[in-house]
Amino acid sequence: MGFKNSIAWYYFSAPKNFYVLAGRLIPWFWGAAIVLLAVGLYMSFFVAPTDYKQGESYRIIFVHVPAAWMSMFIYLLMAAYAIIGLSWKVRMAEMMASALAPTGAMFTFLALWTGAFWGKPTWGTYWVWDARLTSELILLFLYIGFMSLQSAIDDPRRASRASALLAIVGVINLPIIYWSVKWWNTLHQGASVSPTMAPKMASTMLTVMFIMAVAFWMYTIAVVLMRARRIILERERQTTWVMDLVKAGTGDKQ
Amino acid sequence: MSEFFAMGGHGFYIWTSFGVTALLMIIEVIAVKHSQKKVFKQLARLARAESQR
Repeated sequence: MGFKNSIAWYYFSAPKNFYVLAGRLIPWFWGAAIVLLAVGLYMSFFVAPTDYKQGESYRIIFVHVPAAWMSMFIYLLMAAYAIIGLSWKVRMAEMMASALAPTGAMFTFLALWTGAFWGKPTWGTYWVWDARLTSELILLFLYIGFMSLQSAIDDPRRASRASALLAIVGVINLPIIYWSVKWWNTLHQGASVSPTMAPKMASTMLTVMFIMAVAFWMYTIAVVLMRARRIILERERQTTWVMDLVKAGTGDKQ
Repeated sequence: MSEFFAMGGHGFYIWTSFGVTALLMIIEVIAVKHSQKKVFKQLARLARAESQR
C-alpha cells in the first residue's frame, strides 16, 4: 500500500469524513444495483435456457447462489472490521461491523429460504439436516447472536468489543460451510463454480449468476453505507459536526 | 403469459423464492431510510431542547 493510500485510509476512518464520502457514493451504488438487477432478472427468465434435467425450477439458482455467497462474504468482511476495531480501536471499523450484520443475516435467511423452495421440487423436501444446510443455519444464528449482543449492552464500545469477539470466533464456521459438500456426504450438490475446476454449468447460466452476484454486491454496499451513516449519527451525537448537521437540517438527505 | 407464470409446474417455488428475496430487499431499504429519519428527528429535538435551556 502506498503512502498516499494509507493517508486516504486514515482520512476516511474519521466518522465525519466517512459520513460525507458515503453520502456521495450511495446514489452511484444504487444506480449500479438497479441496472444490474434489471439486466440480471431479465436474463434469468428470458435469456437463460431451460435446464434439461431440472426444467424451470433451476432458475432459483440466480437468487440462491448469489444470496449464499453474500451471506459468507459479508460475514468475512464483518469479522475483518471486528478485528480492526478490536485491535486498533478504530471506531469506524466497529460501526461498519454493526452496519453489515443485518444485511448479512438477511442474505443468510434468503439463502436458506430459496434453498428450501428449490429443494422441494428437486429433492422432494424443504429441509434436511445435512452439513451444508445446518452450517448455513448456524451462520444465521451467529448473525442473530452478534446483533442481540450489541443491543443487549448499553455502552456502544463494550457492545462492539463483545460482539467482535463473537464474530471472530464464528469465522470458523465459514470454511465448514464452504467445504461441507466435500467433507460430508450431503444431499446438497457440490460446488458448481470453483476456482480450481472448469465450471459445470452452461456459460449463459454462469453469466446470469455472476451478474446477479455483482448486483447483490452493489445493493449490499449501498444499503450498508446508508445504515453506517445512521450508526455514525447515533454514536457521534455529542460531536459538534453532528450537531451542526442537525441544526442545518440537511443530514437526512443523501 | 400464464404459461410464463406457471414455469412448467414450478411457478410456486420460483415465484416464492424471487418474491420473498425482492420483498425483503425492499423492506430493508425502507427500514434503513425510516430509522435514519427517526434518528435525525430525535437529534433535532435534543438540539432544540439544548438551545432553549
